[in-house]
Amino acid sequence: MSTLLEVSGVSVTFDGFRAINNLSFQIGDAELRSVIGPNGAGKTTFMDIITGKTRPDEGRVIWGEKSVSLLDMTEAKIAQAGIGRKFQKPTVFEDQSVRDNLLMALKKNRGWVGVLLYRPSKSDLQKVEDLATEIGLYLELSRKSGELSHGQKQWLEIGMLLAQDPRLLLVDEPAAGMTPQEREHTTDLLVQAARTRAVVVVEHDMEFVRRLNCKVTVLHEGSVLAEGSLDHVTSNQDVIDVYLGR
Amino acid sequence: MERSFVAKNPSVLVFLTILSLFTLGVTVLSEGFGIGVISTSFVKTLGKTLCLCLIAVAMDLVWGFTGILSLGHFAFFGLGGYMIGMWLMYERTRLIVVESLSQADIPPTPAEVVDAIGTQIFGVVGSSEFPLIWSFSHSLTLQLILVVVVPGLLALIFGWLAFRSRVTGVYLSILTQAMTLALALYLFQNDSGLRGNNGLSGLQNLPGVTVSQDVVSLWFLWASALALGLGYMLAAWIVSGKFGSVLRGIRDNEARVRFLGYSVEAYKLAVFTLTACIAAIAGALYYPQAGIINPEEMAPIASIYLAVWVAIGGRGRLYGAVIGAAFVSLLSTWFTGGQAPDIPLGFYTIKWVDWWQVLLGVSFVLVTLFAPQGIGGLFDLYSNQRHPDRHGANLGPDEGALREKEASL
Amino acid sequence: MLRLFLAGLAILFACLNANAQDGGLQPILQDHQEIIVKSSRKTIKPAIDALAASGLPQAQVMLETWVAKDMWMRKSDGLFFAGKMAEGRSYELTDFDTGKVVGTFEKSDLKQLKPNSGVRAMIGTALVQFQLTDPDRKKRLAALKSIQRDPEGALLEPLRASIEDEPDVDLKAQKQRLERLLTIGYDEDVAARVAAIEEMSNDLGVDVRAALNPLVATSRKTAADLPSDVNVAIILEPGSEALSRDDAYHLLVASDLAAPHVLPDDIRLALAANIDGGRVGGVPVAQLNKTTARAQAYSTLAEAGIVPALVTEADIDMALGAHVFFETYAEPSVEVTAAAEKALKKIERKVGLNQTLDLTLDAVSLASIYFLAAIGLAITFGVMGVINMAHGEFIMMGAYTGYVVQQYVPDHTVSIIVAIPMAFAVTFAMGVAMERLVIRWLYARPLETLLATFGISIALQQLAKNIFGTQARPLTAPGWLDGAWVMNDVVSISYIRIAIFVLALIFLGMFLYIMKRTRLGLEMRAVTQNPRMAGSMGINPGRVNMLTFGLGSGIAGIAGVAIGLFAKVTSDLGNDYIVQSFMTVVVGGVGNIWGALAGAGMIGFLQKGIEWMNPSNTLAAQTYMIIFIIIFIQFRPRGIIALKGRAAGD
Repeated sequence: MSTLLEVSGVSVTFDGFRAINNLSFQIGDAELRSVIGPNGAGKTTFMDIITGKTRPDEGRVIWGEKSVSLLDMTEAKIAQAGIGRKFQKPTVFEDQSVRDNLLMALKKNRGWVGVLLYRPSKSDLQKVEDLATEIGLYLELSRKSGELSHGQKQWLEIGMLLAQDPRLLLVDEPAAGMTPQEREHTTDLLVQAARTRAVVVVEHDMEFVRRLNCKVTVLHEGSVLAEGSLDHVTSNQDVIDVYLGR
Repeated sequence: MERSFVAKNPSVLVFLTILSLFTLGVTVLSEGFGIGVISTSFVKTLGKTLCLCLIAVAMDLVWGFTGILSLGHFAFFGLGGYMIGMWLMYERTRLIVVESLSQADIPPTPAEVVDAIGTQIFGVVGSSEFPLIWSFSHSLTLQLILVVVVPGLLALIFGWLAFRSRVTGVYLSILTQAMTLALALYLFQNDSGLRGNNGLSGLQNLPGVTVSQDVVSLWFLWASALALGLGYMLAAWIVSGKFGSVLRGIRDNEARVRFLGYSVEAYKLAVFTLTACIAAIAGALYYPQAGIINPEEMAPIASIYLAVWVAIGGRGRLYGAVIGAAFVSLLSTWFTGGQAPDIPLGFYTIKWVDWWQVLLGVSFVLVTLFAPQGIGGLFDLYSNQRHPDRHGANLGPDEGALREKEASL
Repeated sequence: MLRLFLAGLAILFACLNANAQDGGLQPILQDHQEIIVKSSRKTIKPAIDALAASGLPQAQVMLETWVAKDMWMRKSDGLFFAGKMAEGRSYELTDFDTGKVVGTFEKSDLKQLKPNSGVRAMIGTALVQFQLTDPDRKKRLAALKSIQRDPEGALLEPLRASIEDEPDVDLKAQKQRLERLLTIGYDEDVAARVAAIEEMSNDLGVDVRAALNPLVATSRKTAADLPSDVNVAIILEPGSEALSRDDAYHLLVASDLAAPHVLPDDIRLALAANIDGGRVGGVPVAQLNKTTARAQAYSTLAEAGIVPALVTEADIDMALGAHVFFETYAEPSVEVTAAAEKALKKIERKVGLNQTLDLTLDAVSLASIYFLAAIGLAITFGVMGVINMAHGEFIMMGAYTGYVVQQYVPDHTVSIIVAIPMAFAVTFAMGVAMERLVIRWLYARPLETLLATFGISIALQQLAKNIFGTQARPLTAPGWLDGAWVMNDVVSISYIRIAIFVLALIFLGMFLYIMKRTRLGLEMRAVTQNPRMAGSMGINPGRVNMLTFGLGSGIAGIAGVAIGLFAKVTSDLGNDYIVQSFMTVVVGGVGNIWGALAGAGMIGFLQKGIEWMNPSNTLAAQTYMIIFIIIFIQFRPRGIIALKGRAAGD
C-alpha cells in the first residue's frame, strides 16, 4: 500500500494558542480511517490544513505519487488534485436543485470558459442519475436541495463528494443528527467509497466508528495520541485518561 | 432534459416580446416616424431608461447572482460614455473647424486642423494640446473598441487585486466605492485630459448627420432596445447553465464552491469584468442621448442608486432588475421634473421636487425590511410561487447569500 | 495736543542750540529757496539733504510742516515760516528757528508750498532719521515699519546712529536686526555685508530671505564673448537641461543677435498676402494644405526677396555656436553673492526642516479630524459590524444642531458648550431609533444594512435641505479659538486645529474608559464576541446593541460640531467624510480603536505627504491616496492592526 497523503511535523498557532502541535499523519490508497478526539483536539484545523484553508506555521504536507507539496496550492487546486471535503454541517447549494448540485460537483473542466460553454451530455446526466440512485435521492433530482431533510442533505453532500471522484475523502461528522437507519446507510456509503479511494472520517460517535471497522487515529491537543484498531486505542491508558474516561 | 434555452427560460421570450412591442409602440407614437403623441425629449428619456435597464441587468448579474455588491459599476458606465463622447466631440469639432478654415485664403494643413480642434475642445480648461488619451479619438472604430476595452481593463485590474486578496462582503463594497471616488476625483481635475468638471458636451449631435433630433432619438432608442435585448439574452444564457450554478454557489457559499475545485476568484473576475463591459456599452448608448457627460455622473452615489434599483426590482431575477431600473428612474424623472401634483396639507404643501428623495429613501428602507424580493415578488404571487420556510435563516453563510424571502421553492 | 507738545519741545531744543548753530535753519532754506519753491522731485534732493544733514532738531518740525502743506513763503523777503490760519484770509506765521510768532499776514502776501507726492515721499525718508530718535515710542516704531516696508540705503546711517541711544529694549533689538538687513543690502563695505550675511544665516525670518533673495537673483544673457565686468553665476550650454536649444535661440532673437524664427503662422500669413492669380510662388493655392508645398512656395518667395528667409537648423547651430550663454547676478560683488548663496542654502536647509515639522503638525491635525469623524464608525462598524452609510448624516446633524443652538445662544463660547451635549443627545436618539427600527432586523445581512442605511442617508440629506436650505450655514467658533500659535515664520498651527486634536484625544480616552472600565463596555464586548453566551448570562443583547449604536452615533454628532467649526455646514457635509471614515476604519483594522487611530494617522500623513509633493492639486492627492489604500489592502487585508486567528471570523 503506497502512501497517498503524508503530513509531517505540522504546527499552527492562533494568537498564541497552539491548535496543531507537531502533527504527523499518513494515509494510503483505498484506506478507511477514523480520526477521533475531544473538542479542541484540532480535528477541524487538521482538515483545514490539508484542504488549504489554513496555512501551517511549519511542517510539510505531501500528496500523491509525485509527492507534490499541498502548501503552495489554493483550495481549488487542492480539490482539483483529488481531495474532497465534507463539512460538519451539511453545506449544499440550497437554492439549486439536487441535479444542479450534483452536476456542479461532477468531475469536469473547472475553468470558467469551459464551464460557461458546458452543456451536460447524456452520459453526464446518466452519471448524475446513477449517483442519485446510490445516495437514495433519485426521486428528488428536480427538487431544490433546500427542501431536503437534514439526512438527505448529508447524503447529497456525500454524493457531491463522490461525483468529484476524489482520491481522498475528508468527512467531518457525517452521522451527526441522523436517525439510526440513516446512519446505517451512511456507513454503507463510506465503506463502499473506501474500496476505491482513501477516506478519512472525523467522528465523535464511538458506535459509528466501531461500525466502520477501520484503523483509528486519536488526536489530542493538536498531535497524535494513539493509532491502531479501535480496540487497541480504547485500551490505551492515555486515551482513556484524556477522552474516554470523561 | 434536453430542452432548448428559450423553453427553459420562458421569461426571456416574454421579455423580448414586451421589449419589441414597446419599441414599436414608441416609434409609432413618436414625432420622428409616427403620429407625434410622444415628444422627442420623452423618447430620449425612454431610450436612456433602456440603457439604465441594461446596466441594471449587469448589476443583477454581479450582485443578484454572484453576491458581489459592487458600488463601482456606474464608473464603468461613465467611462463607456466618455470613450464614445471623445469621438463624437472630436469628429463634430473637426467638421466645424474644417468648415470654418475652408473660408481662409490658404487651405489648412492637417496639423493646423488638429491644432484648431484642440483649441476648440480644450480651450475651456486653458489648454490646446491633445492629451495622450485622445490618441484614437479620430477613429470611430478604435474608440468603439475602447468603449469596451478601457472599462474592461480597469475592472480586470481592480478585480484581480481585490479578489486575489479575498476581499469580500462590505469590504469589497467599500473598496469599489473608493475606486469610483478615485476615478471621479481624477476626472474632476482639469489636467485629466477629459476637460475636468466641464466634461464632454454636445454629444447629442451625430457628426455628419443632418436629420433632426426627432429621428436621431429614435435611432438611439432602437439601438438601446437592441442592446438591452441582447444583453438580457446573454445574461439569461449565462445564468441558465452550469456557470450560473457556480455563480449562485459563490453567492451563497463561496468556501464550498472552492472545495469543489472551482477557482472562485477567476469566476468573480470574469463576471466582474464582463458586467463592467456591459455597463460600459450601456453608458456609451446613454450619454449621446443625454448630450453631456461630466465626472459628477460617476460619483459613488450613482452606483448606490443602481443597487437600489436592482433591490427594488428584486435581485436574483433579471426581469426584476429591468423593472426596478425602469420603474424607479421613470418615477424619479416624473417627481423631480415637477410633473407630480403637489399635495396641500393646509399648513404645509408637499412639493415633490423637495420630498421625492425622502420618499425614495424611506421606501427603500421599507423594501429592504419587508419585501426583499422587491417588485419582482409580485410575479411570484401571480405564479403561486412560495418561499421556503427557513425560520429567518439565509440560504448560505455568505454576506451576499439569498434571504429566505428572496428564494423560491 | 501731541503736536503742540512736540512743537514746544522743538522750541526748547531750538533755544538750547541757538548758539551752537550759527544761523539756524532759515539760511539753509534760503540757500535752496529756488528749488524749494519749484518743488520738483527731480531737483529737490539737495535741499532735503542739506536740511537733513544740518542735524538741527527744528528741522523735524520744519519737514513735518512742509509735508503737511503748512509751510509758507513771505513774498516780500522770501523767508519761510510755518503758517496757521487766522481770521479772514490771513495767516499767522511762526519762525522755525525761534518758534516765535512773527505776525499775521494777508494771504495775498504769502505763497503756500505744496509738495507733490514724489517730493513728500523724499521728505518722508528724510524725516525717518528724526523719527528714529523721536521721544515717542509709537513714532519710532512707525519709522521702523516704514523702513521695513521699503528699505533704502540712505536710511542705513541714521538707523545705525539711532541704535546706541535707544531706550526701549524691544525696539533696540528690532533696530539692530533691521540694521543687519540693511547692511546686507546697502552697505558700501563688502566685508561688512558678508559679515552681516553670515550673521543672519541662522535666521528663519521671511525678511532675511527677502533681503538675501535679490542678491542672488540672476538674469539670463547672451553675448559673443563672456564680458569681464559682470558677476557671472553660471555659464549655460545650449541644448542642456537648463537651457534648451529653443530657449537659447529665443534668447539670441530677443537680444537682436539672430533672425527670428519664421513660425508656421507667419508662413501662412505671408503666403496669403502674396497670392497671385491663384498661385503663390508658382504653387497652386489648392495644394497649399501640405507643409512641404507651403515650404516650397515660401522659399520661392524668399528667393525673390519678398519675405525673410527661413531660419534653418544649420543657421541655428551656427548662431548658438557663436555665442556664450550665461546667467549674471544683478549684484556686482562676487564675495557678496557667494556668501548670500551659502547663507540661503543654510537657511533653506533649516526651513526645510521646519517645513517638515509644519507638515507633520498639519498631518496630525488632519489625522485628528479623520479620527474624530471615524471614531463613531469605529464603534458601529468596527465593534458591532454594522455598516452605517448614514454616519456622515449624523455628523451633518451634529453640525446643524450646533448651528441651531447658536441661533438661540448668542455667546459663542456658551453656545458651543451647550451644543456639544445637545448634538450628542440628538444623534444618540436618532441612532437608537434607527437601530430599533431598521438595523436590528438586518444584523446578519451587512450588505442589506448598507443599502437600507443609504436609504436613510439620502432621506436625511433631503430633509436637511428642505429645512435649512441649500446654502451653507455658519457655525462660528468662539473668539479665543481664532488665530494661530506661531512658532516662527515657517511653523504655525491654528488654535482650532489644536482644539480638535485635544478633542480627539479626549474621545480616545473616553472610548477606552467606556470600553475597559464601565459595565456598558464590558457588556458591549461580551455581546460582540458571543451574543448568545452574553444573553444567557443575563445581558440583554438588544439593549446593549441599542446603546452601543446610540453611543457611536452620538459621538458622530459631537464630531459634527467640531467639524462644523472649520467646514461649511451644508446638507451634504457628511458625503465628504463617509468614504474617508470607512477607509480609516478599514485601513486601521476593524474592531480596534487603536486601529482607527493608526488608520487616521496613516491617511492623514499620506494625504499631506502627497499634497506636499504635488501642492497645486488636492484632487490628485485624494485620487492617489485612494489608489494607495486599495493597494495597501492587498497586502494587509485586515488593516494595520489586525485581529488574528479564529476570532477574526475566518
